[in-house]
Amino acid sequence: MSIGKTTATTGFDLRDFIVKYGFILVTVILFVWFASTEPTFRMQNTLFSMLKFTSVVAITGLGVTLTMVVGGLDLSVGATAGLSVTLSAMTMVIYAQTGPVALIVVLLGGALVGLFNAFLIVVLKIPDLLATLATMFTIMGLKLVPVDGQSVSSGLILRDGSVAPGRFTEGFLLIDRAYIGPVPLPVAIFFSLAFVVWIFLTRTRWGRVMYAIGSNPEAARLAGVKVQRYRALAYVLSGVFASIGGLILSSRIGQGDISAGNSLLLDAVAVSLVGTSVLGMARPNAWGTTLGAVLIGIVITGLTIKGFPYYAQDVVKGLVLLTALIFSFTLSRRKSRFVPAV
Amino acid sequence: MVSAVEVRNISMAFGSNQVLTGVDLTIDKGQTTALLGANGAGKSTLIKILSGVYSSFTGEILIDGKAVTIDSPTTAKAAGIETVHQRIDEGVIPGLTVAENLLFERIVSGEISRTVSLKTIVNEAEKIASALDLKWSKSKLRNDVYELGIAEQQMLILARALSRSPKLLILDEPTSALSNAESQNLFKFIKNLESQGIAILYVSHKLSEIEQLAKNLVVIRDGKIRNEQSSPFSWDLALKEMLGQQELGQRNNFDYIQGNEVALKLEGVKLFKESSAFDLEINRKQVTGIIGLLGAGKTELAKVIYGADNLISGNMKFDGKNYKPTHPSDAVSSDIYLVPEDRAADSMIPNWSIAHTATLPFMGEFSVKGMIKKVSESIRGKQLVDDLKVVTTSHEAIVDSLSGGNQQKVVVGRWLQSKPKMMILDEPFRGVDIGARRDISKRVRDLAATDVAVLVLASDVDEILDVADRIIVLVEGKVVMDVNAGETSKEKIVNKMSEVA
Repeated sequence: MSIGKTTATTGFDLRDFIVKYGFILVTVILFVWFASTEPTFRMQNTLFSMLKFTSVVAITGLGVTLTMVVGGLDLSVGATAGLSVTLSAMTMVIYAQTGPVALIVVLLGGALVGLFNAFLIVVLKIPDLLATLATMFTIMGLKLVPVDGQSVSSGLILRDGSVAPGRFTEGFLLIDRAYIGPVPLPVAIFFSLAFVVWIFLTRTRWGRVMYAIGSNPEAARLAGVKVQRYRALAYVLSGVFASIGGLILSSRIGQGDISAGNSLLLDAVAVSLVGTSVLGMARPNAWGTTLGAVLIGIVITGLTIKGFPYYAQDVVKGLVLLTALIFSFTLSRRKSRFVPAV
Repeated sequence: MVSAVEVRNISMAFGSNQVLTGVDLTIDKGQTTALLGANGAGKSTLIKILSGVYSSFTGEILIDGKAVTIDSPTTAKAAGIETVHQRIDEGVIPGLTVAENLLFERIVSGEISRTVSLKTIVNEAEKIASALDLKWSKSKLRNDVYELGIAEQQMLILARALSRSPKLLILDEPTSALSNAESQNLFKFIKNLESQGIAILYVSHKLSEIEQLAKNLVVIRDGKIRNEQSSPFSWDLALKEMLGQQELGQRNNFDYIQGNEVALKLEGVKLFKESSAFDLEINRKQVTGIIGLLGAGKTELAKVIYGADNLISGNMKFDGKNYKPTHPSDAVSSDIYLVPEDRAADSMIPNWSIAHTATLPFMGEFSVKGMIKKVSESIRGKQLVDDLKVVTTSHEAIVDSLSGGNQQKVVVGRWLQSKPKMMILDEPFRGVDIGARRDISKRVRDLAATDVAVLVLASDVDEILDVADRIIVLVEGKVVMDVNAGETSKEKIVNKMSEVA
């Protein structure tokens, strides 16, 4: 590790610089490259559609970030988002309820999954990764039971032979399609939530305490912190965030696709992990997760416009994640303590 | 008596830190030699050298009068030295049967073929077990090792060590997880080993055990052998040598203050399942010093009062009211604070600044509607730095980057600043330089003068004499002395500490 070894006297440490700004630099370079070689990439529409595309991953990733802050990791977020898609479709199509009802059902569903995770982890003392893995499989299967394993869309034939009475409401479909000024609603939700999580983690007592728990739970406990309550809170919030991601996804697809959300887990965990390396913080943080999501959005949009095949995406995501992990673990001088041990 | 193992002029350093200096030690055949020393005295280094964990030492090891080279655990075993380490759970391999555990080393070394049937292994294991008078049936040997109780696991590890007929058996605090009855069984077993001519090196902090078992006693401090005795032992002398006679220069340059109002009352409190219950009153406006060797129950007492551990039996009253903390937060909200023994593990959050560390227990006070009051926090950090004379660049400095003494000032200071009613400090002077120790002592005494009940727990007599008005000696979970500091002496305290149950 010779990088930066001798530069202490000059006041500029290349290794520190790379650890701190490497990721932002890579993002900017890629952006400039795509923008200068592909005229379509420059258009405002492309930018916003890129952000819109990445918003589901980003919002879910923000929830994962919260669980990583307390030293855990929520592996059930993809399944929770998928559950939200099915729940919203069931509420509107099968039970012919309104959009707002669907919205409430979905958010409650997410909070309930979070509570269940918290129960497994805090009360039954199952390690975070294993508990949320079990939850993931359970809800992936469970959500199929009431819909007999079928995707739910309007005109669905029900078990008793009748036709499902409802459909996705216009209002619900607007979640993904509406704009606030020039900004698509999902992008606005994404940025607002990122801002809220950022404030929560850096400016409030709860965020501060959650970081303490993630770094040294025993020291936090002996300082009088109710560690288990905060861990439970993180999982409930993570469940709610995943269900918000699921809402947008459901509104985008416009039907209760049973495979929706399946690929979300890896992306959401990846952006949170990428986020830990931003600005050399070596800890999960909202700003990093946001930037991680945007970076992956840029790369994928750029590569798609450049005509790379779809399977190149996963290779690129993998490489981005790997680079981020090298920044966090290999190059950073700070000790990273945010990945839970099983 | 013939010596089994002789250690000549062994020295070892970690970098610039000299841990052992010219250690000579003779361990006789068929006898138990006890090794006594405080934390960091060099005991474990010596054990690790003998068991082949460390190889970068100077000096000679002789077995049966012949010099041997010990540079790895394998060569140590080959030379006839077996070690049973303190942690029992690290010695058994989960998921394997009792028999496989018993023969584990021989299976790994290939001495027993890896494809041999379990039946053969069980037969072989049975031979070993019966040779050691362990009445373990074949079906027991076939069980998973986790079905054994902790005492039986201990015996298993011992049996494994003995299956190679060692010349020297090293036992490192073998009773720390055992009950009294189980310990007595172990001692019978050890006596039996002695009669077979095995030399035993026994490490323990429990003087009563050493008294019962050992023929010879060796006291180590600061990497040197300070005292060697044969039974009957003078415990007074041994403890004095173990704890050291530090410069007694500025002792007691303070006026004792006599608290009389009771702050905390303990009734029928037990520190260990098998120790006896006691009552204790801790007074306001006084520094109460509790002293005891490792394992005497000091940390247990501190944690029970602070709500970090559950009370085994008995109850507590604080300010005349029932006090039943179930979580440290209960103690904190009663203004009872604890500075735990292990700074890095129990007080500090890695990469946190002085200011953040200072406010963590009082986040409610330092926030409005959840939003942290950055300005107040920063003022608190600065006050802490000024107040306790923390040597640092600023209150934003990372606590990990400070020296041990200054780290301690931060973790003590954060409680001092928040008006404690009772303050408990567990080994507050460990790894702290003399200057910081003086500063902390002074602050703690000033605090007591303002009507606060202060409890300082330590294993060093001088540290306690330097700070306390009242002195309580704990031995194996029992209060054996409770006097005013002005009416006692180091001699008397050491005497009490060395009282053998």
